[in-house]
Amino acid sequence: MVADTLLLSRLQFAANISFHILFPSITIALCWFLLFFKVQFNRTGNTVWMRIYRFWVKIFALTFALGVVSGITMSFQFGTNWPGYMRILGNIAGPLLGYEVLTAFFLEATFLGIMLFGMHRVSNRVHTLATLLVALGTSLSAFWIIALNSWMQTPAGFEMRNGVAFPVDWFAIIFNPSMPYRLAHMVTASGLTAGFLIAGLSAYRILQGDPKPAPRLALKVAVVACGLLIPLQIFLGDLHGLNTLKYQPAKIAAMEAVWHTEQGAPLVLFALPDAQTQTNKFAVSIPKLASLILHHDRQAEIKGLNEFPEAHPPVAPVFFAFRIMVAMGVLMLVVAWLANWQLWRHKTLSPLLLKVLVSMTFSGWLATLAGWYVTEIGRQPYLATGILKASDAVTTVAPAHVGWSLSLYLCLYAALLFAYVRTLFVMARRAVAVDAADEPTSPPQPLIPQGEVHS
Amino acid sequence: MNTLTVLTGPAFWLPVVFIGLMALAFFMYAILDGYDLGVGILLPYNTPNDNYEAQRDTMIASIGPFWDANETWLVLGVGILLIAFPAAHSFILMQLYLPVTLMLAGLILRGVAFDFRTKAAEDHKNLWDSVFKGGSLLATMAQGYMLGAFVMGFEQTLAAYIFAGISAICVTAGYSFIGATWLVMKTEGPLQMRAAKWARLSGWLTALGITAVSIINPLINPAIFAKWFGSSAVIVLLIIPVLCGGLFILVDRHLKQVPHTHDHNCWIPFATTVAIFMLCFMGLAYSFFPFIVPGQLTIWQAASAPESLLFIFYGVIVVLPTILIYTAFSYRVFWGKATLLKYY
Repeated sequence: MVADTLLLSRLQFAANISFHILFPSITIALCWFLLFFKVQFNRTGNTVWMRIYRFWVKIFALTFALGVVSGITMSFQFGTNWPGYMRILGNIAGPLLGYEVLTAFFLEATFLGIMLFGMHRVSNRVHTLATLLVALGTSLSAFWIIALNSWMQTPAGFEMRNGVAFPVDWFAIIFNPSMPYRLAHMVTASGLTAGFLIAGLSAYRILQGDPKPAPRLALKVAVVACGLLIPLQIFLGDLHGLNTLKYQPAKIAAMEAVWHTEQGAPLVLFALPDAQTQTNKFAVSIPKLASLILHHDRQAEIKGLNEFPEAHPPVAPVFFAFRIMVAMGVLMLVVAWLANWQLWRHKTLSPLLLKVLVSMTFSGWLATLAGWYVTEIGRQPYLATGILKASDAVTTVAPAHVGWSLSLYLCLYAALLFAYVRTLFVMARRAVAVDAADEPTSPPQPLIPQGEVHS
Repeated sequence: MNTLTVLTGPAFWLPVVFIGLMALAFFMYAILDGYDLGVGILLPYNTPNDNYEAQRDTMIASIGPFWDANETWLVLGVGILLIAFPAAHSFILMQLYLPVTLMLAGLILRGVAFDFRTKAAEDHKNLWDSVFKGGSLLATMAQGYMLGAFVMGFEQTLAAYIFAGISAICVTAGYSFIGATWLVMKTEGPLQMRAAKWARLSGWLTALGITAVSIINPLINPAIFAKWFGSSAVIVLLIIPVLCGGLFILVDRHLKQVPHTHDHNCWIPFATTVAIFMLCFMGLAYSFFPFIVPGQLTIWQAASAPESLLFIFYGVIVVLPTILIYTAFSYRVFWGKATLLKYY
């Protein structure tokens, strides 16, 4: 029966964290976009910037609320479903989570109130400061939680006493080997997620016949930001991969579906990895390219899954998730650069490209989720690499209870996701309907009126 | 308790400091999220003759800038339980698996309903208001049930379940009470008078609940009976219930006269409610200290490593006062009646 509880608890944690990450992956960067809009308004006095701010701050508020409530479930999950996690790793994980709450959560939640509702109650400068503090809060939150996640991937700065982890060097714990790479990769991912969201919804407004300058300016900012961020992200991803090769070779072996250690390993573009026979079926591969990418040497040896008996992750999900992430990255690169080229040449985007951008509104979600699946499933069977296996940390709660709570969460999440996406497009359509002359232009106005009619 | 004599230095005082911080976090949570949950519970449904949408708008506007930060105190409280007393965290949350899940579902629903109600399509606004109300009620009932189960030491007897059920109603009444007195402070006109009526009703229900719990608890729990009535300290301790009763009468008399000609006293019911909450909290804390799982685990047995507690302690002494300062700043920014928020 314990196996059932383990499987259900893992599914539940995966469901919770997958749902949760959708929203921070937008808000971490969206708030910096908001700060940029606000600063541009302060600098130029151009009210179009303020209209952009007013539209996107509402989406920020909605997204932030979903992030907060889905995040609260996480702090309870540790106790309800993974008691072994805190028993063995609590001395490390506890303070990192504690610092996240203390330095980030209160900061962002408190100043969010002023950012949304306080515009005519504080000076313009304090309102800009509130936006900055919320942006800092969301980023600090990312810092601490990535520090903990990275520590679970590449533990450092601790010692085991009687089977329990004790901290030795907090600096080494926080800045563990994979932390800088994962943090940079995630923050940039957020930039792209928010960027494609802004581009997608702005393109949607233009296609719906919005004549106002606001969606055009927002679209331009987003397209330029994505055009700059996507090559950076590919570069950071490569560095992150090399770091993983050094510290978590089993994960790399699963990503590349290398079953047996080989020299001059090919890059598998597509295959159906078969765990039974430990081979790849229908493989399409480029000879020696994996060795070249990972070691910058065509003949270099890549460790296969056979080197990690009983302690390597399941291959197929990691293999496919990695390919989805890379494919999304390439697609983003092509679309973002094409859009920048069109903007540069024609000052405007073709209807076809606008439609492509609308279809890619949530492309950042797909790439981010796929990336997290690579790194999280790639860490299995461990919770913390080499220290604690997931099966040793799971709860003794009855499987029926976990099954019940999992079903409840799944229904709730499906409904909320549907409502969220639908509401975003409703808000965009409503913004189209607003006449530019109706829009208040002076900054001292509340941003989220009760029972709002205009947007 | 020989752990008391064995432990010296940080291993002794750090758990004491952290249980104090945890108590502070849960107290702040009960007050702050208490009033906004209460406002959610009190949202009036439309009747065939009356549309209360405007009142609901004002009520939600009164908590709009605060609810996010209010809920963060729960994350801090559970966070400290997790960080400082991991053994108790696992034990308690596994015992409370189902009510915790229901509470989280409630908190999720109300949190998102708050934002969806103004942003979704117009014809869905009433639906989201119902979700807001239902979610608030679900979260509150679950919290009250958990408090009751905790007080009963997680016994799985019929009596314990009944007690937890009473506690669920009592906490719901208490949150409605503080929510209503918040509205008396933050609103005016017909809504304020309505809120005063809600406050009186839920106030009496709360008083009844507190009395019931205060009588039942020592009767079924000999250790708590001994703590309260086992020494001459009983004279000092009786101040708590006497003061509590006095405050209830005071607040009820004030509420009876709403609207006052001079509305600048409108904060009195809310402040009195906070004082009542504090007295109840002190009573509970006195009953159980130093146990973190009643009768089973003391704070020293459940504490994590001193080096971990010390690392977070340094952060706490710097950050917590800062949080309190900017929380106060936020309340100052939104001081005054909620209807004064100028919407365009």
